[in-house]
Amino acid sequence: MASVQRLAAVDAASAPNIHARLDGVTRVYPPRAGHAEVHALGPLSLDLRAGEFFSVVGPSGCGKSTLLDVLAGLAVPSAGTVEFEGKRVLGEVPDGVGVVFQEDASFPWLTVDDNVAFGLRRSGVDAAEIKRRVDFAIGFMGLRDFRRAYPSQLSGGMRQRVCIARTLVLQPRLILLDEPFGALDQQTRLLMGDELLRLWRETSATVLLITHALDEANLLSDRIGVMSARPGVFIDIVETGWPRDRDSRLAERPDFGAVTSRLWSFLRGESLRALGQGTAAAAR
Amino acid sequence: MSRGLLSLRAWRDPILVAISLVALWQVLHEIAGDSAVTAPAPTLSHLWEMIGQTRFLPHLRETGLAFLQALAIAFGGGVLLGVVLGGHKLTGEVAEPILVALYSIPKITLYPVILLLFGLGMPAKVAFGALHGIIPVVLFTMNAVRNVNRTYLRAGRAMRLSPAQTGWHILVPATLPEIFSGLRIGFSLTLLGTMLGELFASQRGLGFLLMTAIDLHDVKTILAIAVLISAFAVATNAALLAIDRHLHRGAAADSSGK
Amino acid sequence: MSKAGWIRTVVLVAAVGALEIACRTGAIPATMVVAPSVMVLALVHTLQSDEIGMHLRHTLSAVAIAMSLSIVGGFIIGFILNWVPFLRRAFSPFLAAYYAIPHFAFYPLLIVIFGLGPLPLIVLATLFAMVAMILATMAGLDRVPRVLLKTARIHRLSLLQEIWRVRLPAAAPHILSGLKLAVAYSFIGVIAGEFILSTSGIGHEIAFAYDNFDNKRMYALILFVLAIVTTFNMAVFAWERRMLRRRGA
Repeated sequence: MASVQRLAAVDAASAPNIHARLDGVTRVYPPRAGHAEVHALGPLSLDLRAGEFFSVVGPSGCGKSTLLDVLAGLAVPSAGTVEFEGKRVLGEVPDGVGVVFQEDASFPWLTVDDNVAFGLRRSGVDAAEIKRRVDFAIGFMGLRDFRRAYPSQLSGGMRQRVCIARTLVLQPRLILLDEPFGALDQQTRLLMGDELLRLWRETSATVLLITHALDEANLLSDRIGVMSARPGVFIDIVETGWPRDRDSRLAERPDFGAVTSRLWSFLRGESLRALGQGTAAAAR
Repeated sequence: MSRGLLSLRAWRDPILVAISLVALWQVLHEIAGDSAVTAPAPTLSHLWEMIGQTRFLPHLRETGLAFLQALAIAFGGGVLLGVVLGGHKLTGEVAEPILVALYSIPKITLYPVILLLFGLGMPAKVAFGALHGIIPVVLFTMNAVRNVNRTYLRAGRAMRLSPAQTGWHILVPATLPEIFSGLRIGFSLTLLGTMLGELFASQRGLGFLLMTAIDLHDVKTILAIAVLISAFAVATNAALLAIDRHLHRGAAADSSGK
Repeated sequence: MSKAGWIRTVVLVAAVGALEIACRTGAIPATMVVAPSVMVLALVHTLQSDEIGMHLRHTLSAVAIAMSLSIVGGFIIGFILNWVPFLRRAFSPFLAAYYAIPHFAFYPLLIVIFGLGPLPLIVLATLFAMVAMILATMAGLDRVPRVLLKTARIHRLSLLQEIWRVRLPAAAPHILSGLKLAVAYSFIGVIAGEFILSTSGIGHEIAFAYDNFDNKRMYALILFVLAIVTTFNMAVFAWERRMLRRRGA
């Protein structure tokens, strides 16, 4: 496992303490046929510390996913700047950023093995190294018995593991997760959460997780950003202070509930506002 | 406001299509010359003249009657068969591959059989048109009935609906959009089948006129009749498509909301 | 075989058997339908004559040309229309109305223009089949899940890689079903054309036998055409299913 750390660790000399930075970012969707202009996000600023586990919670439709898209370079901010490792992110996904989505993004025409190796085969890495990294990621995500299976033969949870493994082989230094467990049942979510923590510890990557589950954010994170209803801005950033070596048994601690309560105290009003926006939009 | 925009759009496309088709037609005429493609204006005036002639009307009536009867059989029989096959799972599974195979074969090869069974004339045309149209109606209806969301039926039971109420208030609205799509396709195919039937061994009807025009090398008449039939087909299809889309609106919003 | 498959086989065999009995006992006169056994014997006899090979060659070569043109052309046109929104907007009303038109009404015109050779048949069948391929290609490319395109961007694929590695495989199920239709429609177009008016080909032979009250030969040929086309269609079906089975589609 030490080798993984060396492979994926942030190069201490070049990386400042701030790994990625959003500065005054907004995202406005231009008006379209029958729809007015939508101010989806911001202005919003955030410094992601190198190696931290940061979660974003917020009411539905507050622009959480837009935030992730902007940070990943999948969407261009309407105003403000995005930086990753000191360089501007401009409409292209920077090297070293991995993304996992809520929707099943496994390629149904490829086996688990080929899915996981997909990115490496197109990056000029030599065959022996590809095999080594794929073997490791497959083992790490517990997919060893399914290497020759196709995604259609796997459960939703297993497919999401394939997607995480596919990201892992690229040895990302910043991992962005957009509600990756949103479609899974509660028990599977908890177990996947434990695995995510293990992955985070052993790769030393910085992780940004978008979620709507307050307990999940609480359990996994060093810091939690609470977003307002649209247009989303951070109304609070909660430091959990949990030990780095943690897992789902953390929920047994007496002070665990206090953090979730605090998150909900901020979110309740915003969620009500978002609900109102939703009904207003439906009525139109 | 948005509704006004929509209706403007709804009219703009067909008009543009009609204009560009006529333009294309004119270009083809310029390239190929009068012996292959007559120009739009003389052809259309020829069509107008033909419609005015008394000897044209019996042919139009013959084709129209054959088409309407075939349509009635395809729609009525298709929906009935589809409901039975959709409602009874095993029967549906037995029949579906046969229907799909029947859909994919050149049904014209069966036309002589129909001619031998029904004799030359109206009944054979009706049977052949219906044979074309009925298959999509059956397949769509069967799938519509099969795919009725079971939750709706459970909700109906929870609300203590009678079987008749369940049928009228749940099954009909739930299956109507899909069945209508089948009827729309069945409409086009019935027309195709009826025309195809008239092109072979027929003594009356628009198809017969088309075939006699070949011998006379009468391009103007061929084009005029083909345009008349196509205009009818396209106009009816546009109307049916508009209804189809309207019926599917709720369903589309439902699936995109998931 | 599944239960439904067994029942289907039994039903079909029983239907053929009933027809055989009805014809043998004279319940159905031979001027209408000949017994299935007679059809098969007549088919064997017909296949032994040499001119049938010529007709079969004419039909199959016309089908092959129409099929290739409509599959390749339909794919390319569908791809272009999907890629260029302006062209797509311009052509989509044509495409939506296309299969409402009874194409065979234009066959007489094609004969006047191209003469009575294989050319009008090929043009008719290609026109009939190609649009199914265009529509299927467009539908497939439309339905590529956005998340897969995002994944392509995350892996920083070039445009060609994205098309080849993501868009086309994701659209493959629709494209294959369009191909299936193009095959069936090519057969329908050519054989129907031959039947209405042609000087050679299997369709023409059936019509010719009908005109000459040669029921045995006519039924033999009908059986032959249906067997060939159905075998071909089933082969394409099976091939499609094998291509897609592992995807669980």
